[in-house]
Amino acid sequence: MNKKVSRVLVASVTAAALIGTLGACGKGSASASSGDANEITMWTHNAGNVEELGAIQNIVDAFNKESDVKVKVQAFPQESYNDSVVAAASAGNLPCIVDIDGPNVPNWAWAQYLAPLKLTTDLSTHLPSTVAKWEGETYAVGYYDVALAMMARASDLKEAGVRVATIEQPWTKAEFEDAMTKLKALGKWDYPLDMGTAGTGEWLPYAYSPFLQSFGGDLIDRTDYQSADGKLNGDAAVAWAGWFKGLADQGFMATKSGKDSTQDFLNNKSAVLYTGSWAADKARTALGDDLVVMPTVDLGKGPKIGGASWQWGVTTGCANSQAAMDYLSFSLKPENVAAVATATGTIPASTGAAALIPAFAEGGVNRDFLTYSRDYALMRPETPAYPIIANEFGKAVQDILAGADAKSALDKATKSIDTNIKSNGGYKN
Amino acid sequence: MKNTLRLTNAGTMLARILLAIAAVFPIVFMLVSSLKPDTQIFGDMSSVAAFLPIGNISVDNYTAVFDRVPAARFLINSIGISAITVALGVVINSMCAFGLSRMQVRGKRIVFGAILATLIVPFQTLALPLLWWVNQLPWLEMNGFSLELSKGWLDTYQVQIIPFIANAFSIYLYHQYFESIPKELDEAARIDGAGWFKIYRQVVMPLAGPATATVAILTFLPAWNSYLWPLMVVQSEELRPVMVGMQYFFQLNVSWGQVMAYGSLITIPVVVMFIAFQRSFINSIASSGVKG
Repeated sequence: MNKKVSRVLVASVTAAALIGTLGACGKGSASASSGDANEITMWTHNAGNVEELGAIQNIVDAFNKESDVKVKVQAFPQESYNDSVVAAASAGNLPCIVDIDGPNVPNWAWAQYLAPLKLTTDLSTHLPSTVAKWEGETYAVGYYDVALAMMARASDLKEAGVRVATIEQPWTKAEFEDAMTKLKALGKWDYPLDMGTAGTGEWLPYAYSPFLQSFGGDLIDRTDYQSADGKLNGDAAVAWAGWFKGLADQGFMATKSGKDSTQDFLNNKSAVLYTGSWAADKARTALGDDLVVMPTVDLGKGPKIGGASWQWGVTTGCANSQAAMDYLSFSLKPENVAAVATATGTIPASTGAAALIPAFAEGGVNRDFLTYSRDYALMRPETPAYPIIANEFGKAVQDILAGADAKSALDKATKSIDTNIKSNGGYKN
Repeated sequence: MKNTLRLTNAGTMLARILLAIAAVFPIVFMLVSSLKPDTQIFGDMSSVAAFLPIGNISVDNYTAVFDRVPAARFLINSIGISAITVALGVVINSMCAFGLSRMQVRGKRIVFGAILATLIVPFQTLALPLLWWVNQLPWLEMNGFSLELSKGWLDTYQVQIIPFIANAFSIYLYHQYFESIPKELDEAARIDGAGWFKIYRQVVMPLAGPATATVAILTFLPAWNSYLWPLMVVQSEELRPVMVGMQYFFQLNVSWGQVMAYGSLITIPVVVMFIAFQRSFINSIASSGVKG
């Protein structure tokens, strides 16, 4: 027995020695903004996304070949990327270049994580939703955007006697409800519509606030971004909430869909799928010509979709911000933008890049997504208050779906948002 | 009478079997799904086929896991971090508990109370201050043949180990266990000329096997499952533990088969650890009156 204890002690001493050794050889190479002037670090949310990370790395490699200052990529998993950045900011350890989910850019600019961009690239040919501005300055720019749409099987629509919605003639509210009624009557699905109601986090405002906006409501009063009162809890918003809950009450959609809506759609567990352009290639591979991609519904104020995806910015503490700006300018060349969009199956940010990708060029199979993005995209509110707005709206959506009184849920969200804005001094720069 | 007894036994056994099935099903589902393509996983979901390795079975998901994530590296990191945390945790916490239980030190009750009080503070509230502190701490680094003092522990292995060695619950467990060991043994050893360290090493610790097994498991599990802290303090991929790797799979189009395959890979060490210490773990929990 004594030998056993001795072994534990020896093991512990060895462990302590190991920590020392690990300290010597196990030091990572995370360089803070103020690090080596000949190397700048770039953080991305793409860990595990082999295709996108590979495309980004190729751009970096090409830049490093012709530049004295080298860019080093560090990838983080998307789900926890924001936490990593906020933690690094707290420790004063941000890298020079970061990528950011578009709607969070004003918040990060307000928090002084990001510096205004000074690029040599002409951004006028870029989709507006790929250029993040706040208070007149551009803080981030993206290589791509994504677009929301409705997908269905042409054969199902034909069987139910429902017309295929088009860009010229999207479904109206009445047509949409008629389509759901007819599809449900076929009796092939428990719920004909899958709106991804099991989604959480940013999906909730991204997916459902466009319906609110199509009704005439909004997440906040965009005249001065100081209050959500009257917009998020006004008559239009209450009408939207009633309509949305009504889809579940009428048995058109589940209040909580399956974990993977795309997979359920491909397994024929739903007739119409509300999802993003990222699912198109997978669905087309599975369904071939039977797949139809349709614009989202016009609920009164035209079809709306959320704008802005992941974008790139330069941090305020970057010791070599000129090199960071040079890299970003280099990375925005049409061929680089096209390479990333091709790897990710997303909508290329610039017209020059779109022309290089057959699927997004005129007549291409994914061209409609570009049109949706250009014609229907409404930026999520460009205010530092967006994270709280998104959070409160998401809670309200879940409460409404769970059966809460719509007006009360929206009033509660409005009050929380307004209180937060006031307590942060209006998020003034 | 005999028949009634048999029926009772059969009923108990049936209840046990049902409970065992309920406990095992999620693991079986994970293992089985890790061998299926995504379409089949969702297709089988509404039938018993979800728990059976039938249909289009392959190890493709496992191959894809190693393509997407440096899984071997993450596993080695987690094994190293967890093992060192456990080894040092057993020694440091048992020594602390020994002092509080056996030595006559003024104010030891207050110290013990203060240690226990830390149990009610959730780690999430300590995370940011701790992050600031570890970024200020010095460390000795080898630079060629000379040792140099550096500042900040971020992006290292030690930042994932040292803050978690001392553990209030482990000290409490050891303390309670040491209290059950007769103090006469210490006195007998003292008469034989033993000092405090010898009593700790040769008398008390050899009798505290079950407590050590419990502390080992209770230290190992959070170290293995560590997620928030590594996210905050580690930026380099080569230093990351396994749990951070799980998030690599949650892209816009999630491959659930790969999620299940990775889940299976990182669950195996935990199951092995539990099976190895199962008997001691249950003994210790039973004797210290602590429920898990």
